Amino acid sequence: MNYIWLLPLVPAAGAAINGLVGIRWFQRRVAAALACASMTAAFALAVFAAFDVGRVPDGREASLGFWIPPIPLATARGIQPFTVQWSLLIDPLASVMILIVTGIGLLIHIYATAYMNHEPRGGYARFFCYMNLFCAFMLLLVLGANFPVMFIGWEGVGLCSYLLIGFWYEKTTAASAGLKAFLVNRIGDWGFLLGMLAVFFTFATMDFRALAAQAGTWPIETSHFGTLSVICLLLFVGATGKSAQIPLFVWLPDAMAGPTPVSALIHAATMVTAGVYMVARNAVLFSHAPLVLTIVAIVGALTALMAATIALAQNDIKRVLAYSTVSQLGYMFLAAGVGAFSAAMFHLMTHAFFKALLFLAAGVVIHSLAGEQDMRRMGGLKRYLPVTFVTMMIGALALAGIPPLSGFFSKDEILLRAFETNRLLWLLGSLTAVLTAFYMFRLIALTFYGAYRGPAHSAEWRGPQEPAGAMTVPLMALAIGAIVAGFIGIPAALGGRNAFERFLAPSFAQTRALATHQAASPHLDASPAQAGALMLFAALLAILGIAAAWRFYVDRPGVTARLASRWPGLDALLRNKYYVDEFYGAIVVRSTLASARGLWRFDRRVIDGAVNAWGWSTRILAWLSYMFDKVAVDGLVNAVGRGAGEGSAAVRRGQTGLVQNYALLIVLGVCVFLTAYLIAR
Amino acid sequence: MQLFPITPYHYLLLGAALFALGVIGVMVRRNIIILFMSIELMLNAVNLNLVAFSRLHGHVVGQVFALFIVAVAAAEAAVGLGILLAFYRNKETLNIDEMNLLKG
Amino acid sequence: MAHLLSIVLFLPLAGAGVLLLIPRNQVRRIKWIANIVALADFAVSLQLWFKYDLTAPGWQLVERAEWIPSIGASYYLGIDGFSALLILLTTLMGAIAVLSSWDVIHDRVKEYYICLLILQTGMIGAFVALDFLLFFLFWEVMLVPMYFLIGIWGGGRRLYSAIKFFLYTLAGSVIMLLGILALYFYNHSVSGTYTFDVTQYQQLSVPFPLQKWVFLAFFFGFAVKVPMFPLHTWLPDAHTDAPTAGSVILAAVLLKMGTYGFIRFSLPILPDASRHFVPAMVALSIIGIVYGALVAMAQTDWKRLVAYSSVSHMGMVMLGMFALTPVGLTGSILQQINHGISTGALFLIVGIVYERRHTREIAEYGGLSKVMPMFAAVFLIMTLSSIGLPALNGFIGELLILQGVYPVSRVWTAVAASGIVLGAAYMLWLYQRTMFGTVDRPENASMKDLTPRELATFLPLIALAVWIGLYPSPFLRRLESSVSRVIVRVNAAYAPALATKSSSCDTPPAAAPTPASSAAADGKPNFLTFAACGDESKPAKPAPR
Repeated sequence: MNYIWLLPLVPAAGAAINGLVGIRWFQRRVAAALACASMTAAFALAVFAAFDVGRVPDGREASLGFWIPPIPLATARGIQPFTVQWSLLIDPLASVMILIVTGIGLLIHIYATAYMNHEPRGGYARFFCYMNLFCAFMLLLVLGANFPVMFIGWEGVGLCSYLLIGFWYEKTTAASAGLKAFLVNRIGDWGFLLGMLAVFFTFATMDFRALAAQAGTWPIETSHFGTLSVICLLLFVGATGKSAQIPLFVWLPDAMAGPTPVSALIHAATMVTAGVYMVARNAVLFSHAPLVLTIVAIVGALTALMAATIALAQNDIKRVLAYSTVSQLGYMFLAAGVGAFSAAMFHLMTHAFFKALLFLAAGVVIHSLAGEQDMRRMGGLKRYLPVTFVTMMIGALALAGIPPLSGFFSKDEILLRAFETNRLLWLLGSLTAVLTAFYMFRLIALTFYGAYRGPAHSAEWRGPQEPAGAMTVPLMALAIGAIVAGFIGIPAALGGRNAFERFLAPSFAQTRALATHQAASPHLDASPAQAGALMLFAALLAILGIAAAWRFYVDRPGVTARLASRWPGLDALLRNKYYVDEFYGAIVVRSTLASARGLWRFDRRVIDGAVNAWGWSTRILAWLSYMFDKVAVDGLVNAVGRGAGEGSAAVRRGQTGLVQNYALLIVLGVCVFLTAYLIAR
Repeated sequence: MQLFPITPYHYLLLGAALFALGVIGVMVRRNIIILFMSIELMLNAVNLNLVAFSRLHGHVVGQVFALFIVAVAAAEAAVGLGILLAFYRNKETLNIDEMNLLKG
Repeated sequence: MAHLLSIVLFLPLAGAGVLLLIPRNQVRRIKWIANIVALADFAVSLQLWFKYDLTAPGWQLVERAEWIPSIGASYYLGIDGFSALLILLTTLMGAIAVLSSWDVIHDRVKEYYICLLILQTGMIGAFVALDFLLFFLFWEVMLVPMYFLIGIWGGGRRLYSAIKFFLYTLAGSVIMLLGILALYFYNHSVSGTYTFDVTQYQQLSVPFPLQKWVFLAFFFGFAVKVPMFPLHTWLPDAHTDAPTAGSVILAAVLLKMGTYGFIRFSLPILPDASRHFVPAMVALSIIGIVYGALVAMAQTDWKRLVAYSSVSHMGMVMLGMFALTPVGLTGSILQQINHGISTGALFLIVGIVYERRHTREIAEYGGLSKVMPMFAAVFLIMTLSSIGLPALNGFIGELLILQGVYPVSRVWTAVAASGIVLGAAYMLWLYQRTMFGTVDRPENASMKDLTPRELATFLPLIALAVWIGLYPSPFLRRLESSVSRVIVRVNAAYAPALATKSSSCDTPPAAAPTPASSAAADGKPNFLTFAACGDESKPAKPAPR
């Protein structure tokens, strides 16, 4: 059982070797081989673990002992020991995630061995060190059996994201983007941490299984915002930071400054999905807080729509994909918010395939154009990059939700569940679906169709070249995945058995019970006919979007320019991402820095000023004492002396030296004496 | 024939007058010799007083005292003139206003 | 080893004595002897770790001798888990500080090392003394060598900073002395004997009005040292203008003396006053956390930024302490150790660049990752430790503190937790400004990476950061008796839990193995055992407030 610990430890070992030894001494091939070998081993382990244990309904735990030994603490249940164990949990939910992380991670590693070939030797090893480290942390996050262990992975992937976004640290944009990512994540982590503390205080445990068992007995907080709702809201704040939802999504588009494999792995397939995973892992908690679930669904739907509208106006190929990711994550949260946790996981899985595929393919495009990312300077590449074109087309179709590709099944499942719960949410989701199809095909059209609009990148450049096998083979593998991955989740309405949902059923057993408990709600399960109609509708929406994009960008390329000139305000709003970054910059960043500087001035002038004033007053007091001593005390002494001198000088004037004066005095004295005597008589 | 009896008062009056003259002379006169003479005059006035009272009381105490005074006056005049001579040799003046070497 | 504490205490002083005899021009010999003495002190002090008895609830390695019988002052030394860890931190950071000064100090080398060694004795003495007068003696002894270190071998406005440090701390200590004397005379009025014995004071019940005044007196002495807002302004000047080793010792050890004083003296001797002042102390601590972090963000001087980060971290420490819960107090103590490690390392880091460029302005640097990759890695690890990344030491301390504060007040916890965001902001921004970007200045391009000696000063700190982050059990278990002793006095709600705890479970080394565990035969804490120590003590009434 403890072999599960190898899952995060093997990539960690790979990272350690590459980091400590590889940067200095390994050849590129060695570093790459090491990284890919550790990922292969991890993938093998993941497959083995998923089949060995992952099918066990309740999952299995592997514990290595105390991380924090017990210390008594007051909780809502009296004084309980606060303790954390080094434990990993593997159950169906975790199995899905580890397969995604290791499988897609392996493909991306292989891709990166070719993509990063231009790096200097040390940088190459450093890159793979960070990538392996990221996978180790991600696996720890996914396998963690309790909140603190998951939190190690949670923050660890944030760290690796920081390091990888800012991998080309000499570019200030990259370094700043990395910082922004870490800080926005940290704001979310603040919420996550508080939620974690609240969980312990309420339940005296942070272990997921114990938590689910306990929380299952609590009443559902349908009408009031109780303890569970607060906890779930705080956890969701963490999820919005990690999974780039409103209001903490601003880091993801900037994160595109990192190398494309990073964007594919971290910002499409794995790290950003951690929020969804965490919500799914705590499905029992969230199911008890319907108000929060509503918030989750609304945030998800709004994010999906907003990001899709922004993606319409972006010209950087990676940014379009970034906003697309934000949008699709919104879908996942929408699914979670309506209680369809397995649908969210299903979409997570299919999205991982086709988004990673899209990013890697975009990477090929960028690589072949010597770093060009602006779609306005692309075009007509389908002749030069056929494999890339085909795979990217597959990915786009999957994302748009064209049957029978994977995206169709997963997105449709979400829309179905949304329809069952709240028509408005369904409407938002459907609108987003149209926009999704539209912007994706805008991307395809601008990149692959039409005439090449870019410059010649060097004198002997003969056009973009399709790159080596290491870069195209992963594309093909991912494309296959994007096509077939949906088949494990064919819903009942089409005659399938929805194997995926059944696989995940044990992980959401309690949630299901709660859902049936809520069956008295006015929203009914859709009948197969309705489901079928919805599916058809969804497919039509996708086709509509594609057709519109075709019209605008392939048939008549000038339309958008005319539209943009007719509504310049809207165009500017979308292009500038609703000015959210500027808003945050002014409100959050500038005010924090201003208060920082103001407080420093306060510290220097007022507090330290008081200290210095104390010191100065002491010095002044000392000077005053000195003056007093000199003038008064010593003065008194001197005055005595002076008095004696002056007195004697005064008296001395009587000594005239003239005898007759003396004689006069004698006579006068006698007279006085006589007079006195006579009077006295 | 007894015109007016000579009482001791007459002697006292004479003595007082002489003494007053002597005092005024000591205080006013500038020449030292005259000063000495004034001092002698004062002394003799006192002598006169003493002899008058001796006659009045009928014993010789007053007269003996007057003899003492005469001797002392003589000695004092001798010493004083000696000092005067020494001073005159240095300062060439007999004006007492210029004898202020003891001025403080 | 008999008299272990006295040996650890006086070995540096003896070393200083030896150095006095060496002619001042034999610089190499002086350096070697100083380093050997410091390392020997650390090696001897390691016994404190291995010889520590986890089951004994009282003072360990006690030594007692008559000193001044007529006033009741005795030479009374003893440790518990808390002071043992602090002593180990002192000797380790002392050895590292001495080692880091090798190439840095060039004139009056002999006096420099003598100052460092005397300082070491002073600090250790304050941690082992169980007699108030002895404690006060060592407390004051520390001030003089530190004053010289800053004033002679420092930079910037070193004379101003040295005298500010000295007078500010001295003013606080004098007020503290008043408190000590108040207790001394009260003790006499109650028991008839004159004594400075701290263990006796810890069992006194002092009337509340007197407690309040003594607490305030102690507050001034300790709060200046911590430093707590608003008595903190000596710290940035002292840290910035001190030489590297001085800053390291100042941050790593001297600041802990303030918190040590609160935990060892204020809380157990004056429990009612401690409870009474909790709102004020917590308010000052939280202000310190946020204020320190914000002001750190505004700094342009690298060292001053780290100094203000200390204010922020120590605010967190004080918050955990005054939550008056075992978890909070344990976290507070552990965070003190963590802060010593991470901030000590950060000062070493600044010292290294200062040694090469003689400027502390952040704007003067940039892009150093390219030129000094090993340095960049070390700096990154220590930055992450400082901002509390899980798997490193800072996280354990912060988690314990915040969890310990949570039952007392959720609002305080929420505000204090914002410190993690601010901490990440200023530290990573610093890292970006100095290490990322292009190398604009030619002076930066020629900077050399870490020498083996410099790397050697960091390796123990990195190892400790990782060890405490991943496996803090040995440290936390050693704190149990100290924490219990204080909390039992100050927070009655935990008394039953702590009483049953110390008697029953989870002290692996010597305790009876519980049936479910597979403790190794020699009883050492085995990483792979998990004693089923779910000590579900009977639910006592919840914590106050």
